[in-house]
Amino acid sequence: MIAGSNLEKVINSGNFVVTGELGPPKGSDITQLKHHAEEMKNHVDAYNITDNQTAIVRTSSIACGATLVQMGLEPIIQITVRDRNRICIQSDVLGAHTLGMKNILCLAGDHQSFGNEGASKGVYDIDSMQLLKGLKDMRDENHFMGGDELEAPISYYLGAVENPFADPFEYRVDRLEKKVNAGASFIQTQCIFDLDRFEKWMEMVRARGLHKKVAILGGVTPIKSLGAARYMKNNVSGITIPDQLIERISGAEKKKAEGLNVCIETIQRLQEIEGVAGVHIMAIAWEEIVPEIVERAGLYPRPKL
Amino acid sequence: MIIAERKPLEEIAAMAAPHKKVCVLGCNTCVGICMAGGDKEAQETAALLRIHRKKENVEGEVETFSIERQCEFEFIDEVLEKLKKYDLIVSLACGVGVQTMIEHVQSLRVVPGLNTTSMGYPTEQGVWAERCLGCGDCVLHLTMGICPITRCAKSILNGPCGGSAEGKCELGEDTDCAWHLIHDRLSSFGRLGDLTEIQPPKDWSSSHHGGPRTTVREDVRIDSGE
Repeated sequence: MIAGSNLEKVINSGNFVVTGELGPPKGSDITQLKHHAEEMKNHVDAYNITDNQTAIVRTSSIACGATLVQMGLEPIIQITVRDRNRICIQSDVLGAHTLGMKNILCLAGDHQSFGNEGASKGVYDIDSMQLLKGLKDMRDENHFMGGDELEAPISYYLGAVENPFADPFEYRVDRLEKKVNAGASFIQTQCIFDLDRFEKWMEMVRARGLHKKVAILGGVTPIKSLGAARYMKNNVSGITIPDQLIERISGAEKKKAEGLNVCIETIQRLQEIEGVAGVHIMAIAWEEIVPEIVERAGLYPRPKL
Repeated sequence: MIIAERKPLEEIAAMAAPHKKVCVLGCNTCVGICMAGGDKEAQETAALLRIHRKKENVEGEVETFSIERQCEFEFIDEVLEKLKKYDLIVSLACGVGVQTMIEHVQSLRVVPGLNTTSMGYPTEQGVWAERCLGCGDCVLHLTMGICPITRCAKSILNGPCGGSAEGKCELGEDTDCAWHLIHDRLSSFGRLGDLTEIQPPKDWSSSHHGGPRTTVREDVRIDSGE
């Protein structure tokens, strides 16, 4: 056991993992976030808390994570390298530890030009790989990125993201391996809409035995409307939505219900793919649907470990 | 070379408005070659400025000429007496030229007529692409001659990131993914294995982040008085 987090325990138990996602608000009232956390608390093993996603200013992920900890729930703190240099990141990581957080997800972050502060200066002092390796070394070697020793240790369970739908495709498994070597214990993937491509990627992952070294959680997003699907296809960096899927939803009488069906079918297929350890459900602006998804996908109740 | 583009005429006119004797001073090296601030552009800018001032009823005169480089004292010295006659010099040099002029001759009033954009080269007629950020610690030997510090929007050293699609950056169609290019070039040389190595965090202290930089070559310095 590395951090003793619930996420780590469920992964180690071999149960199919379910993580959810909460986006902090663009204001100081986090009632809604707490409400969504309560809504899905019996249906997810841990919650990602996004870090100014799509470069839009929001309440800090660590502050929201602290609230979850107070509620007896388990956050996975997302940390991007876009807004903070290595001094600030390491400081925040120590701070989050003192507040009881146990899981960190390392990522680059969408470029600042996508958000609501387009005139801001991007930091990118380190990249997501270096962040992962740096935090692993803080944990395992007890030293900061600059070499100084920590006065007291940290024990985070570390994860990273991978996007099987980005290019060059053949490099995506190399990159996964690199992240495993850098210190990732779990991986959450970009939203899966193109299952064929995902399965091809998983084949390559298995060929290298990487599924035995890291827990791969497939990312899913329930499509709420045709507009949402089109928006994601055209505007969200790193997401691929096949035309057949758009056609399926567009041809359905009840589009919202069809979007939900697609999501549940995807999770069911993920459960059958060797080497997939769980699912990461990103129900952005549709958080209340998570319990239904988990139940219909046959993943309820969640293990109590 | 250093790439620049002319500031909007309105902005130049506003800077020049309070001054009677104005000189638009061209610079014939980098910014001359990238067609932003050479002799031709200086004459054009002066002509446009004259028309603008006439329309706005601004009194005074606008003259123009060019020198080889505004970033070297010897070229400034050749025209120093002439420059001193003006109330304002609108420099069509890069930011380095403007600063060289005022540091060398403190009494000169110099304003920038260009926005300096980057260090790069013309990829085609009329298109200049950025290629170097001057980070002070070149990594081109690791990346097959393609600079990820400059050409990757996130200056990633372990790329490509998850935003790379069909050879393009997440910023959009106009930006190539530098790491896709590096990947393909490594592949063509049978060196894809290089990408498995985790590149450590960059030491940015050699870049501007370490503070303003001064390069000293003791072997070519001439001590004053000798």
